[in-house]
Amino acid sequence: MQRLCDCCSNPATVHETLVENGVKTEVHLCAEHAVERGLIVPGPHGPALVVAKLLQGQLSAQQPARRAVKTCPTCGSSMQSIREAGLAGCPLCYRHFEEELGSLINRAQGGASVHVGRHPAHAAELVDRAALRNKLARELREAVSREEYERAAKIRDRLQALGGQASDAFAESDSTIAGEHEGEAQP
Amino acid sequence: MTPSESSSADGLPSQPSGVASTDHARTNSGAPLHASRLVRADDTQPPPDADCVLSSRIRLARNLLGFHFVNKASPPMLSDIVHRVQSARFGGPFAGGVRWVNVQATAPADRLLLFERNLISRPFVEAQHPRGVAISSDESASVMVNEEDHLRLQMLAPGLQLVALAERMFALDAELEHSLEFAFHPRFGYLTACPTNVGTGIRVSAMLHLPALRLLEELDKVQRAAKDLHLAVRGFHGEGTDALGDFFQVSNQVTLGRSEIDIVEEFNSVIVPRFIAYERAARRALLERDAASLDDRIYRALGILRTCRLLTLDEAIKFLSRLRLGAATGRLTEVPLALIDRLLLEVQPAHLARTTGCELGADRAARAEFVRRSLR
Ligand SMILES: [Zn+2]
Ligand SMILES: [Zn+2]
Repeated sequence: MQRLCDCCSNPATVHETLVENGVKTEVHLCAEHAVERGLIVPGPHGPALVVAKLLQGQLSAQQPARRAVKTCPTCGSSMQSIREAGLAGCPLCYRHFEEELGSLINRAQGGASVHVGRHPAHAAELVDRAALRNKLARELREAVSREEYERAAKIRDRLQALGGQASDAFAESDSTIAGEHEGEAQP
Repeated sequence: MTPSESSSADGLPSQPSGVASTDHARTNSGAPLHASRLVRADDTQPPPDADCVLSSRIRLARNLLGFHFVNKASPPMLSDIVHRVQSARFGGPFAGGVRWVNVQATAPADRLLLFERNLISRPFVEAQHPRGVAISSDESASVMVNEEDHLRLQMLAPGLQLVALAERMFALDAELEHSLEFAFHPRFGYLTACPTNVGTGIRVSAMLHLPALRLLEELDKVQRAAKDLHLAVRGFHGEGTDALGDFFQVSNQVTLGRSEIDIVEEFNSVIVPRFIAYERAARRALLERDAASLDDRIYRALGILRTCRLLTLDEAIKFLSRLRLGAATGRLTEVPLALIDRLLLEVQPAHLARTTGCELGADRAARAEFVRRSLR
C-alpha cells in the first residue's frame, strides 16, 4: 500500500526514520513537502531526481538519519553560518566545531595547528596538560613504531590517566576552554 | 601634556546608568590636537628608522568567556561587555590614566578624529552597536571594546620600535587578565571571532614610507615580496583602503603556532628592515642617477604647499610625502621630518575641521591655508 504524505494526501516519496533518545519516529512526505521542510534540495531537474536518489539510498550514506543541522548549543551558530559570516558566534563554537574549525584554521595559518605563546594564568594547567599529552602521544607513536609494546602500554596508561585518547593527543584533545567550568553564556 | 589628562587620570570610570557611562563632554573637548606620541614633538631625537617608517603598531585580540562574540551578541549583552571592561583594572601604558570614550554617543566628526589618530578602526567609526574605547593619557595605547572582538588592545609608536611596544603590551594584557576572563583553548590559543585570528591574536604592523621604490616602479615587487612573507599590505589608513601613494602598511597574518615575541622579533628585526634596506638603496640610486631631478621634485612640492590656495587631501599627502623624502635624505633641511609627520595627521578632514572650523568635506581652502601657514 502506498503511504501518503504526513502533510497532505499526495503519495509520500521521502521516508525518514529519526531516532532520538532511543525513540523512533517515522516521517513520510511528498516531494513538495520534503523540499519545504528542507529535507531535500530542489536540483536543476526538480526534486524528483534527488528523491529518486534518496530512495535508492545513494544520499543516505552522506546524510545521517538525523538531518537537523548541527548547531552550537550556546549561540545557535552552524558551520554554514560561521562560513558565511567569516566569524564564529561564541567561544564555545570552537569546541562544538573543533574539527571543522580546526581544518579551516590550519589552512589559514599555513599549516600551524597548535597555539604557542602567551596564555592566561588560569589556563596554565590546561596548557601544561595539553603539552604533556602531546609529548606522550609522540612517545607512544615512537614506541609503537619500534615495537616496544610494553613501553607503549605504559605510556597509553599515563595518557588515559590524563583523560586523553591514545591515538592522537591533539586530534582528540579534551577541548576544554579555559574557565568554562565557571559558567556558560550569560543572558 | 593635554588638558584632558589631569581630569581623567583616576583610572576607573564613574558608572552612571546605561552604556553612556563615559563623560561625553570631556571626550568632546578632550581630544587634544597637538603632537602626541604618534607624532613626536619637533625637538626630540628622531625615533628608530623614522626615515622609512612612519609608525609601528601592535594589536591583541581578546574575548570574554561566557559572552557571545560581538557579531552574535544582543545590544544588552554588548553593553554588559562594555561595563565589564570599564570596571577592569588597566595597567602598563594606562598607568597614567584612562580616558573612556562612549563611541556610540559620540558625534561622527569626533569619531573620525579618533580614527585619524589611529585610536579606533574604520568599522568602529561607522558601527551602530554599543561600544567604547579606552585611551591612555599619552595616546600610545587604546582598547576598543566591541570591535570585531570584545577587546582589541592596541599600541602605537612612531618609527620602528615594536619590541619595546610588545613589552608594554604584554604588561597591559597581564593586568587586564586579573579582572577579565579571556576565552582560551589549549589547541587554538586565544579565541577570536574570526577563526583566522586565533592563537596569539596578535597583529604587528608598520606604516612604511617608500617613495623612492614607487618612483623606481618597484612597488609591485615589494607587494609580491610581502605576499611571499605572508604579510598583509594595506594603504594609508589600514583595512579597506588600497595601497595608495607612497605609504604602505605591512602586517603579519600568521597568528598561530608561533609565540608573540617570535612574531614581533622577526617582524621588527628581519622583515621590516628588509623593506627599509630596499627603500634606502632605491633612494641612493635616485640620487646617484639624477640628484637634480629629485631635488626639483622635492622643492616643487614645497613651492606648491607654500603657495597653493586650494588643496585636496590626496594632494596634501602626495606633496608632503615628497617633502618627507627630502627631509629623510637630507636634501631638504628647512622643514623638519617631525613637522611633516605632524602635518600628515593634521591635514586629515576631522583634524582640519577641528582646528580651522571649516566644514567636514568642504575643506580645500582651509587645508591650503593651514599648510601654507605651517610651512611659512
Ligand atoms: Zn505533502
Ligand atoms: Zn557558539
